[in-house]
Amino acid sequence: MASELKVPTMAEFFASGTVPEVLFWVGCAGSFDDRAKKITKAFVKILNKANVSFAVLGTEESCTGDPAKRAGNEFLFQMQAVTNIEVLNAYEIKKIVTACPHCFNTIKNEYPGLGGNYEVVHHTQFLKDLLSEGRISMEGGSFKGKRITFHDPCYLGRANGVYEAPRDLIRKLDAELIEMKSCKQRGLCCGAGGAQMFKEPEKGDKDVNIERTEQALETKPEIIAAGCPFCNTMMTDGVKNKEKEADIAVMDIAEMIAAAEDL
Amino acid sequence: MQYLPNVIFVILLIAGIGFFVKNVSKLKRNIFLGKEESLTDNKPQRWKNMAMIALGQSKMVVRPIAGALHIIVYVGFVIINIEVLEIILDGIFGTHRMFAVLGPVYDFLIGSFEILALLVIIAVVLFWTRRNVIKLKRFFKPEMEGWPKNDGNLILYIELVLMILFLTMNGADYQLQQMGAAHYVQAGAFPISSMIAPVFEGMSISSLVLLERAAWWLHIAGILFFLNYLYYSKHLHILLAFPNTYYGKLTPKGQFKNLQSVTDEVKMMMDPDADPYAEPAEDAAVPDKFGASDVQDLSWVQLLNAYTCTECGRCTSECPANQTGKKLSPRKIMMDTRDRLEEVGKNIDANNGEFKDDGKQLLNDYITPEELWACTSCNACVQACPISIDPLSIIMDMRQYLVMEQSAAPTDLNNMMGNIENNGAPWPFNQMDRLNWSKES
Repeated sequence: MASELKVPTMAEFFASGTVPEVLFWVGCAGSFDDRAKKITKAFVKILNKANVSFAVLGTEESCTGDPAKRAGNEFLFQMQAVTNIEVLNAYEIKKIVTACPHCFNTIKNEYPGLGGNYEVVHHTQFLKDLLSEGRISMEGGSFKGKRITFHDPCYLGRANGVYEAPRDLIRKLDAELIEMKSCKQRGLCCGAGGAQMFKEPEKGDKDVNIERTEQALETKPEIIAAGCPFCNTMMTDGVKNKEKEADIAVMDIAEMIAAAEDL
Repeated sequence: MQYLPNVIFVILLIAGIGFFVKNVSKLKRNIFLGKEESLTDNKPQRWKNMAMIALGQSKMVVRPIAGALHIIVYVGFVIINIEVLEIILDGIFGTHRMFAVLGPVYDFLIGSFEILALLVIIAVVLFWTRRNVIKLKRFFKPEMEGWPKNDGNLILYIELVLMILFLTMNGADYQLQQMGAAHYVQAGAFPISSMIAPVFEGMSISSLVLLERAAWWLHIAGILFFLNYLYYSKHLHILLAFPNTYYGKLTPKGQFKNLQSVTDEVKMMMDPDADPYAEPAEDAAVPDKFGASDVQDLSWVQLLNAYTCTECGRCTSECPANQTGKKLSPRKIMMDTRDRLEEVGKNIDANNGEFKDDGKQLLNDYITPEELWACTSCNACVQACPISIDPLSIIMDMRQYLVMEQSAAPTDLNNMMGNIENNGAPWPFNQMDRLNWSKES
């Protein structure tokens, strides 16, 4: 295992009068959720290994407002957005990478209208760029030949048309990528979007994450790959519900790359 | 007396088209009950979308069987309607097969119309089978009971009858041509109807003329009826798909609109120079209502969406909430919006152009909060719609009303929003602990 994580903050960069190449927007899940924190750390390990000059906002970061907006509270969303934009603009941020498709979508699409203009990329896009620039190398390692299915996060895929970056990375791991019956444009939601993560579902026949997990299990995967902390939680719960957690892992793509590199 | 048929024809034509125009103006009036929204940007992309999605049917073929059948009916109707032009001119001037002068071109046209007509009949029968024999699941949701189900079948019956009349007319004509009947010039190729012509053998010229004329009149009358049926049915999409795809959303699907009235408010709150005690100006406008509780709160494009919906149910069949048995059905959102809009329109008609409060609204009376809260905002419905309808935007506008005007969010969501307000995360964690993960092993 590599040594301690190096996680510089924007405040530190600012104090030393330098600017990082990119801001890593950690997001609420990545900061507080125990499962998602592992994704955050895995991504940081890769950034450290590749010597990427990055920073986080740390305690200056706040919720993007996505769940508030999708729950119908436009006022709370804009308060969050404007506050965040003030911080980002004060640090003259140009480029943002995030491992959360909800943060990604909100900052990329909904902040410009409120004065926040940045180049925003999802961590799978960022990792793919690092790879093609030769800044990281990838070998399959333990993932070689594994059956992996990728669950498209709605806010990465349909919402923003990013389908290939995560798939390219899985292929680079020499894994066998198997598609579910509904994937890409027709991928089924995990059930967490639109603020559903934070409430009980409405009455129905079953939970959305169970339906999606069943679709994933049809591919007989060894790993269900995800690119969103909320999808990750929903799919993990689904796999547990099916009592398959001993055989099937739900992993973020960053975690897979970090594990393959033994970071 | 000689000109009696011409006169009757012209009266029929004027009545048919006139009634249609009247309904179109009502349609327009209803659509523009919606809020203004300027969509004059990026015209090249809009034309391209219309050409690809509406004209080119690019999203229909995502489902190959329905897509292929639909293209047959679509192409069939568009092309066969060239024939309607001849029928209209013949009707006005009392001529017969006026375009016969085109010679071989005419033969080719009539021949291809006939082949298309047969294909349309086959496609319509298969469509009917899907709805009534195979009973495809998406046609049997609660919102499809009653009129929507009958409407769907009725359209298929009308199309079938029109095609049969067209072929009967041609078959009788062909037989009359063979018999050398007066006025029936040798013109046109009849690859399909010549096959049914033997049925007419042994019929006298006068009864054949009667048959041909009856089919001719019923065909054009049927087309005029169908034209006027559109406004009362789900079938308006054959016209509205074009403007609807033109005005469809161009921004990424995940981008929801920011409310300008809220932006103004937030900017003022953030402005250190703003006077917190300032009284609103005397002539200040009444603040906008947030979100939508009735059709007038929606934008005109959302109302155009509602009239454009042809209730195919692709949205509902892709909806994760609907797939797992929740009440939400994006198709029902569109159907309810149209039904309520029609009700409001009739109310205005009945009250001399003024809407009189009827104690009803789209929210609760048509769409329940339970449906709205089941949405995951995943955009599957938006992606699935073959003609760029956006049910999600209506759902989000109505949630906005529930939360911002009525504070009627589910308790869990209120807790989540309280957390964001207090500590900048949807969970009750201290913002000062946001970087703790970096120190945990």
